[in-house]
Amino acid sequence: MIEINNISKEYGGVKVLNLGEIKINKGESIGLVGNNGAGKTTLFSLMLDLIQPTTGEILLNGIKVHESEDWKKFTTAFIDESFLIGYLTPEEYFYFIGELRGENKASIDAFLSQYSEFFNDEILGKRKYLRDLSKGNQKKVGIVAALIGDPEIIILDEPFANLDPSTQIRLKKLIKDLTSHKEKTILVSSHDLNHTVEVSDRIIALHKGELVKDIKTSEETLKELESFFAV
Amino acid sequence: MGKEIAIKLLIGFFALYGIASMLFLGIGLRFLLIEIYPQTEPLYFVNQFVVVWFILELVMRYMMQKIPIINIKPFLIQNIKRSTLVNFILTKSIVSYFNIFTPIMVIPFAALSFWQTDFSFLQISGWTISILSMVLIANFLNIYIEKKILDNKLLFALFFGTIAILYGLEYFEIFLTTQFVGNIFNQILLQPWICLIPVAIVIFLFKLNQRNLIRNFYLDAYLKTESNSFDDTEMAWTQRFGKVAPFMQLDMKLIWRNKRPKTVLYMSLFFALYGLFFYTQDTYNESAMWAFVGLFMTGVFMMNFGQFIPGWDSTYYPMMMTQNIPMKLYLHSKSTLMNFSILIMTIATLPYGFFDYKIIILNVACAIYNFGINVPLLLYAGSFNKKRVDLDKGQFSNYQGTGITQWLIILPLIGVPMIIWVLLKYFGNFYIASAVLALLGLIGFLLRNYFMNGILQGYKTRKYAAINGFKEQNA
Repeated sequence: MIEINNISKEYGGVKVLNLGEIKINKGESIGLVGNNGAGKTTLFSLMLDLIQPTTGEILLNGIKVHESEDWKKFTTAFIDESFLIGYLTPEEYFYFIGELRGENKASIDAFLSQYSEFFNDEILGKRKYLRDLSKGNQKKVGIVAALIGDPEIIILDEPFANLDPSTQIRLKKLIKDLTSHKEKTILVSSHDLNHTVEVSDRIIALHKGELVKDIKTSEETLKELESFFAV
Repeated sequence: MGKEIAIKLLIGFFALYGIASMLFLGIGLRFLLIEIYPQTEPLYFVNQFVVVWFILELVMRYMMQKIPIINIKPFLIQNIKRSTLVNFILTKSIVSYFNIFTPIMVIPFAALSFWQTDFSFLQISGWTISILSMVLIANFLNIYIEKKILDNKLLFALFFGTIAILYGLEYFEIFLTTQFVGNIFNQILLQPWICLIPVAIVIFLFKLNQRNLIRNFYLDAYLKTESNSFDDTEMAWTQRFGKVAPFMQLDMKLIWRNKRPKTVLYMSLFFALYGLFFYTQDTYNESAMWAFVGLFMTGVFMMNFGQFIPGWDSTYYPMMMTQNIPMKLYLHSKSTLMNFSILIMTIATLPYGFFDYKIIILNVACAIYNFGINVPLLLYAGSFNKKRVDLDKGQFSNYQGTGITQWLIILPLIGVPMIIWVLLKYFGNFYIASAVLALLGLIGFLLRNYFMNGILQGYKTRKYAAINGFKEQNA
């Protein structure tokens, strides 16, 4: 599903990411953990062809991301606020994204109705533009928009940050539901080891751009990670 | 890097040019007025216009001058008194371009007047102080109005209502405001102590602002980030554009809901009046200036909007680049919008045909040229664009490639066809020259698919540079 082959990224001679070979299978739920500057967002940006790798390549479903754009058909992401259009209302934003992914207004309305609990009445019908929403509410919109159009690969960068406790719990449930059929591959990055371990069945830990752990989640995973990151 | 320096130098040059022009005007005004109205003392003549100048000054400031009060936010919890901060902001507002131009003009004018008339030093000083006080009155009044009256519609109604009434009174010679204010200033020339009144008004306005600002110096008052008015028009009519419709809709909302592109729109409509300046004067009859205004008026929105493509979408460009959208559709939407604007501007300039039917011929030719050549050219130039555009900031209050630089693009877009037209008119005639412009546009239009492929390639190869550049907030 996802193949990372010897990918590295340098800025001004400094390596910020240097990975060997990583294979991610369909239906896996990956938790990407690491401190600030570990290279999590860099890796995601490389996967989405938003930056160019210094060496190596990334294949999504066998498609080299920097050679063909066909990966866009089955991949979605929410990285940061640069994925939101500030002057649209949440509804308009969902419709716009929906149209880009071949949906229509009715199907989007039906889709959104599933997430009324997640939105907690703070998103739809509020007569507010995205730029005027709180950070947490913006995040909710971005996450749900990344689920539009039945994507096969979903990439979420720091989805738990800025969310209130209730929404964090709902998001965990949401991610678990999405991966329960083993049809969607989800990559979630986080600083929070607890959340990541809870929603992922495989943890990839980065440290200063290098892969330091790649383990299947088990009872001991959290302890193992905590001892690794403890200074 | 070299480009940046060149642009800075050019802006510096234009600023110097502006200052120099004001200085020359200040020096020359007296002689000019004596030349035209030998009977009247220039000072009295100038006094008649103080009120008009003051109104224009207020309008200009309201549109362009903003005090950066939000910048003070980080200092709020520092060990600095609120009153100190407020005084700092208010005092700093005096050091502004807006407050430089008038003194540069008025002081030489006053000095020459002192030298050439019998007015005493005290009298001229009093007059100068009064005029300069008016500058500061405009300065502080603008700050007060901007902060106090948030309802634009009410303010406009009040302002234009007052102007209309004063104009009416003046027109029917019931009450002559210009003369009334003029007489006050004439009186100041005789009794210079009166200048203490405008000075007192300045101090009063300063205190008023000070009190008002201190009272509202809170995050939930003046320091609140403005939340814009809400509007959720569907713009369903754009659906007929088919596949491009979602992008068209997005672009319309972009323009309608953001300050900066909205300013571009209003400015463009305003420039439709530019022709009046040229068509009414015989000197410009069928001259190069006709071609200039033709190209300019039909293409003004195209130029001002087009040169920032794709920067308008810079805040969400990474998202766009991960979506399953053909770049072609995206660009097609932008060019449709520009073509549409050319059409509207061309229709808006049709009434100029009353001056001379040839104007219509030329303007239509110019429109076709803009349509076929300049639109693809702007799209291509856009593939080199790496500058973030912050949509919420007004056109004038930020320097993201705006100001004078945005008019620089006129050189290739208007200069080239202008030269072609002038040469052909010189060697041929008006009709040949206009026909060739239209023909060039038509050829460009027929080759548009060919152009498009090159343009697309440009956007593809420079995608990463654009994404990276658009991230930089204060580039």
